[in-house]
Amino acid sequence: MDEQSKLLRRSAIARILAERGDTLVVTGLGSPTYDCAAVGDHPLNFYLWGAMGSAVTVGLGLALAQPKRRVLVVTGDGEMLMGLGALATAAAKKPDNLAIAVIDNERYGETGMQPTHTSAGVDLAGIALTCGFRQTATVRQVSELDAAVPMLHTAKGPVLVVLKVSSVRDPLVLPPWDGPFLKSRFRQALLGSQAA
Amino acid sequence: MATRRHGRVNNDATGTIMAADAQNWPNLIFEKLREFDVRHVTYVPDSGHARLIELCHAANEIKPTVLTTEEEGIGILAGAWLGGERGVLLMQSSGVGNCINTLSLARVCAFPLLMIVTMRGEWGEANPWQVPMGQIAADTLRLAGAIVYEVTDPQAAVATVEAAARIAFNGNLTAAVLLSQRMLGAKLFKD
Repeated sequence: MDEQSKLLRRSAIARILAERGDTLVVTGLGSPTYDCAAVGDHPLNFYLWGAMGSAVTVGLGLALAQPKRRVLVVTGDGEMLMGLGALATAAAKKPDNLAIAVIDNERYGETGMQPTHTSAGVDLAGIALTCGFRQTATVRQVSELDAAVPMLHTAKGPVLVVLKVSSVRDPLVLPPWDGPFLKSRFRQALLGSQAA
Repeated sequence: MATRRHGRVNNDATGTIMAADAQNWPNLIFEKLREFDVRHVTYVPDSGHARLIELCHAANEIKPTVLTTEEEGIGILAGAWLGGERGVLLMQSSGVGNCINTLSLARVCAFPLLMIVTMRGEWGEANPWQVPMGQIAADTLRLAGAIVYEVTDPQAAVATVEAAARIAFNGNLTAAVLLSQRMLGAKLFKD
């Protein structure tokens, strides 16, 4: 694969979020949170800074409560592996409006780039598909985003796309981490100024 | 009185055995949850919650979600609250240990979190494997920041759920109601 066709996490997420419209975004702790912040902070981003393994369940609860809004979970391979059961729970509920993007660098990037199970061949898209997700894909090249981006935004959910990205570390871009602020800002943007 | 197959039995103070499902507390808790506009009922089942779970599945306005592990419910209820809806997490005391780190999500963001926990390993338990977690469930929840209410009398159950729901939803706090084996009865492992 030539260098230009390799997938870079920041540019892939920027391209996905450029078409977010009124999508509600939940991010998993670590680099996926920074990647989404690097695109630009947004009141309808709910950033997780902890509770590892919870990105998909927070997205699922939001999708069930807001069935008319698209919900996009952006998380990493390590975070997803800690909550694999959540893929089964989401598949059993089958929310039409839930999409998951897993940024997979096959590493625990926050803790020293130790390998995750995806580096040994564990196939997150395959797991989601056999759980019962309606569509899944694994993207390795920039050109494959042409199909994956619309799938994340418009395909009937639940859908999951694994983005196989290089393990290059990007500069830290830190969004707010005050939990009550993030929660209330999100609720007010979604539900109106009366919500706190 | 004969016990139900795989069911729980109650021993009251005089030693008389009566069927737990003759009591009405699950129906009263269900009505109380509806009164609080609870829309999401997330659970890993327990026989002590069986009637309440049945009622929730039969209710049109409630979305029940079965979990693979209890901490998923904390995430789902946080997401539901972000989306403007309330919920409850039902589990057995063994599930409390599974929840510890994820309880930080509710605490650090001040999400309202209402939990109803049926106890094992606490009173008349036959299975020793249930005892270690059952004995530390209440303390574990307190250490994780929950307000804990322990119920031994079935007649106090609904009032306690109401108190816990009010403090959780009005105060954006974590509240857990622990239903004792004294009111649920202990599983006897008999056919």
